[in-house]
Amino acid sequence: HGSPHSTLLEGSFDASSLLLRLYHRFRALDRNKKGYLSRVDLQQIGALAVNPLGERLAGGGGAGWEELLGEVDFPGFVRVLAHFRPVDDDDSGMRDPKQPEPLNSRMNKLRFVFQLYDLDRDGKISRHEMLQVLRLMVGVQVTEEQLESITDRTVQEADEDGDGAVSFLEFTKSLEKMDIEQKMSIRILK
Amino acid sequence: MFLLLPFDSLIVNLLGISLTVLFTLLLVFIIVPAIFGVSFGIRKLYMKTLLKIFAWATLRMERGAKEKNHQLYKPYTNGIIAKDPTSLEEEIKEIRRSGSSKALDNTPEFELSDIFYFCRKGMETIMDDEVTKRFSAEELESWNLLSRTNYNFQYISLRLTVLWGLGVLIRYCFLLPLRIALAFTGISLLVVGTTVVGYLPNGRFKEFLSKHVHLMCYRICVRALTAIITYHDRENRPRNGGICVANHTSPIDVIILASDGYYAMVGQVHGGLMGVIQRAMVKACPHVWFERSEVKDRHLVFLLLISEVKDQKKSHFTLFCVLGTCINNTSVMMFKKGSFEIGATVYPVAIKYDPQFGDAFWNSSKYGMVTYLLRMMTSWAIVCSVWYLPPMTRETDEDAVQFANRVKSAIARQGGLVDLLWDGGLKREKVKDTFKEEQQKLYSKMIVGNHEDRSRS
Repeated sequence: HGSPHSTLLEGSFDASSLLLRLYHRFRALDRNKKGYLSRVDLQQIGALAVNPLGERLAGGGGAGWEELLGEVDFPGFVRVLAHFRPVDDDDSGMRDPKQPEPLNSRMNKLRFVFQLYDLDRDGKISRHEMLQVLRLMVGVQVTEEQLESITDRTVQEADEDGDGAVSFLEFTKSLEKMDIEQKMSIRILK
Repeated sequence: MFLLLPFDSLIVNLLGISLTVLFTLLLVFIIVPAIFGVSFGIRKLYMKTLLKIFAWATLRMERGAKEKNHQLYKPYTNGIIAKDPTSLEEEIKEIRRSGSSKALDNTPEFELSDIFYFCRKGMETIMDDEVTKRFSAEELESWNLLSRTNYNFQYISLRLTVLWGLGVLIRYCFLLPLRIALAFTGISLLVVGTTVVGYLPNGRFKEFLSKHVHLMCYRICVRALTAIITYHDRENRPRNGGICVANHTSPIDVIILASDGYYAMVGQVHGGLMGVIQRAMVKACPHVWFERSEVKDRHLVFLLLISEVKDQKKSHFTLFCVLGTCINNTSVMMFKKGSFEIGATVYPVAIKYDPQFGDAFWNSSKYGMVTYLLRMMTSWAIVCSVWYLPPMTRETDEDAVQFANRVKSAIARQGGLVDLLWDGGLKREKVKDTFKEEQQKLYSKMIVGNHEDRSRS
């Protein structure tokens, strides 16, 4: 009943009951009771399968799933979900700078999304990677030419150092005005 | 010693009298209505009373927990995520609006931030979704005195403990024997009845008797489980000469459907008691029981049967096939495919269980058949709804798989199942893709617009 787990979720809602709830969710997803979740377990989630980015999210598109070589144990599960915790206003003021940044910080949320784009983990979203993600989101509804022109335009707008790809810094800069904290948070019912 | 003797015979007498009374009651209130298909409404009353008690118990528990200042673990059937019921378009617009300072016009374009929407939605489903919840039979809102999933044990008061104990007593010592007696009666009547009918020469009379014997025995079995069934749209009930297809989440489905209609069934041969029942039933009505090894032969019999079904004049029953994960092997696949290929009318039926009263889901890896039945018989009741959906036929431009998917989505929509878990092997790709495509279409409109918009801009 780890205290390390509850610190990941401390804050605005009751950590222990949420943890318990997530634990049951973990158990329910782990069909064969292996003790960890594989890519297949996540792919079995019906509502995820109909999400255009479902494959990416299930297969290690975000931060965390992949590190664990395709197997996610419960702490790993919580760690990834912790990225989506709403940000508490108190957090930012009183944080001890020596402590590692909390998982649901703006930077970490952005990094999560960045890694959805950056499949090969080279720290840059290439034109090709951008095209791939766009293709996932539109399916067959848009022609190749249209998609390519959109990609070119987007990369051009964000790319500052002219290397034809969007680095993490350029990515964060183009989204600096965005209220990430709110849009990338999942609110829990009490 | 002297005093004990007359006391003993008194006890024996009392026992004898109470047993007779019990049996008379049984006969009058349960079996006789079952024979004639009438209901006194006792079960509905029972259900209402139970609900009131459950609600009271939950309130008590919450109050108790609050007094002691403990956190009550409350499994939510409605999910733990606060969901905004906004559409894809609105949400993405919201995201864009919050990110850019420029005025938002309606020109279609792409923003890097659009991905946030899909990402968040996806993570929400990982945290919590409809279907997996259903399969983890541990999410119940009121504490239903089954205490199988009761984590709040330390928070109950004395009164509640007594009530719970009473509940256990009633279920195991009163309801269980009663139900076993009923089940026994039902099954023996079925076996005896169908064997007797089997000796009659084929003809209208035999069919008539067979139908009524089957119906009567299934009705008794329904009462043996205290199943409270609500039938919807009974005008769509499967008619002679068609195939009935239902979603299959527990072995009880068969009993529930068969008590409301005369079906010829398709299923696997079982050993033991089930085998005896199957062999008896097949004497009176042409059910198809197949061995896994004999698949080829049976398949031919099945095809013959289906062609008989299509010939309306001859058939007086509907064929009943289940789609489900209960049986999961290739031979059953062949039958499932067969039923869609054949071109007869398909009558889809959706069955949905209310988990508050007793969980009908059979986790076959966890429990064997006998344990499962015991669990069923020691729960308070089994409450379910059955929807008879309008009949469907295969269109000329559809192949069997597309037709099957169409039927399945109709059933899923009615049964509230977002999906496809009860599939069993027919390709799920098609059904899943249509849902995904809808979202992709909506999003594409936002980044490239319709064709009309583009010509204008």
